[in-house]
Amino acid sequence: MEAKAILETIQMVAEENLDIRTITMGISLFDCIDSDGGKARQKIYDKITTSAQDLVTVADQIQTEYGVPIINKRIAVTPIALIAAASGDQDYVAYAQTMERAAEALGVDLIGGFSALVQKGYQSGDRKLIASIPQALAETKRVCSSVNIGSTRAGINLDAVGEMGRIIKQIAANDPVNCMSLVVFANAVDDNPFMAGAFHGVGEADRVINVGISGPGVVKRALEQVRGQSIDIVSEQIKKTAFKVTRMGQLVGSIAAERLDVPFGIVDLSLAPTPNEGDSVAEILEEIGLESVGAPGTTAALALLNDAVKKGGVMACEHVGGLSGAFIPVSEDAEMIRAVEAGRLGVEKLEAMTAVCSVGLDMIAVPGDTTAASISGMIADEAAIGMINNKTTAVRVIPATGKQVGDSVAFGGLFGRAPVMAVNPSQPQAFIQRGGHIPAPIHSFKN
Amino acid sequence: MKAIITVVGQDQVGIVATVATKLAALKINIVDISQTLMAHNFTMMLSGEWDAEQLSFAAAKTALDQLGQQTGLTIHIQRQELFDAIQKL
Repeated sequence: MEAKAILETIQMVAEENLDIRTITMGISLFDCIDSDGGKARQKIYDKITTSAQDLVTVADQIQTEYGVPIINKRIAVTPIALIAAASGDQDYVAYAQTMERAAEALGVDLIGGFSALVQKGYQSGDRKLIASIPQALAETKRVCSSVNIGSTRAGINLDAVGEMGRIIKQIAANDPVNCMSLVVFANAVDDNPFMAGAFHGVGEADRVINVGISGPGVVKRALEQVRGQSIDIVSEQIKKTAFKVTRMGQLVGSIAAERLDVPFGIVDLSLAPTPNEGDSVAEILEEIGLESVGAPGTTAALALLNDAVKKGGVMACEHVGGLSGAFIPVSEDAEMIRAVEAGRLGVEKLEAMTAVCSVGLDMIAVPGDTTAASISGMIADEAAIGMINNKTTAVRVIPATGKQVGDSVAFGGLFGRAPVMAVNPSQPQAFIQRGGHIPAPIHSFKN
Repeated sequence: MKAIITVVGQDQVGIVATVATKLAALKINIVDISQTLMAHNFTMMLSGEWDAEQLSFAAAKTALDQLGQQTGLTIHIQRQELFDAIQKL
């Protein structure tokens, strides 16, 4: 092998923050359903802790042997609203506590699946689960929750949209930081390895290993070599880089699956930023030629980036899945934070950007006095973008209780710091209060 | 087992000999080797191969980490499959 190729590989990891963002084991809990809630929770604990007992050890081994950092080890389970519905329990906080205990025993970073799927309507477990979310998130550290409120095939459940706005406000009243553990989705995917939105879909196998890659820094560095050249070259350069990054995900995922004796599911072809310098999606957009992310042209540059990453990545791995797109979480991207603080990037532009990339209004702090109806309106807008464009969209906003534009909310570690962003003060109250269901869209006459 | 070993550090007499002696003691066969000086930094890359039943990866890494500490060199060892996966179609 050429010395140049070896050096390039080492540099990708050592200097450009290339890493495996997460190895996530999906575990089906359908065989844990019991009419006695206590028995169900014992089965859940046992199934999770036996299925994933070697997850952390194997991830650490791979990290040592291959020299590739594996940042997170995570678990995703079947949406608890489906599992707990058979029990007579009136609130599901105890299920979240069981998930927390299992995650703690295993040493995994996060566990997702405190979730409900209500895009078409509520089953008996859904309402109880959603009502339990604020307390569940307050009493656990590792549990992540998600609610799917719309889809291209089912339309948008406006009752759920209204309810989730109120739930998010309720969580924030206790502690805004807990809002980062809740995602409201449209078109949620079954095999997403990224948190907070990961859950193990109902059509998935009993256990599966999914891998999420990272690598904005690698793409940025590669684009520095083609400054001033045509956009075609930029696209080619991103594709080549995405190929290499994804190959690493494929390798690590297949080794992990083999050692854990669990089928390998998918590689999620995402560019996931971190607040570390040089690990930013916004910097890639600026390298493409924007003075700042948020400038006119941002959506186009992002569309190109997102598409080229997929084109390069698809050939590099056996199965692609999950969210697969560039993430734009504000608090987790140092350059996004700077752009927001300089007044160059607002919620409206971010919303437009979510029409062409993953995943939605993500890790955005809004003023503490933002109403539940406004948050529901933001959720409805994102869901509409997802529903019409046949893509996953999500809202993970943090009402910064007691804070105003100019303040910020700190989450710590990889979750970063979110500057509070202005929200249009006019109210969608009457719209949200109507409730009911936005019908599924027509799939012809696409304009 | 195949691994890529990289050695970086201040240039000094006998780096190649020191590293090669250690590898020989560990029964790691050097399949390929290249070295260069980059801004007074000695940089060497080795492709090594050994019998995984005789020596675990973890033991090889520990031995080379110790050598790195003794000599003031930065020695990395990574399994070769990573490089093949990323760089070869």
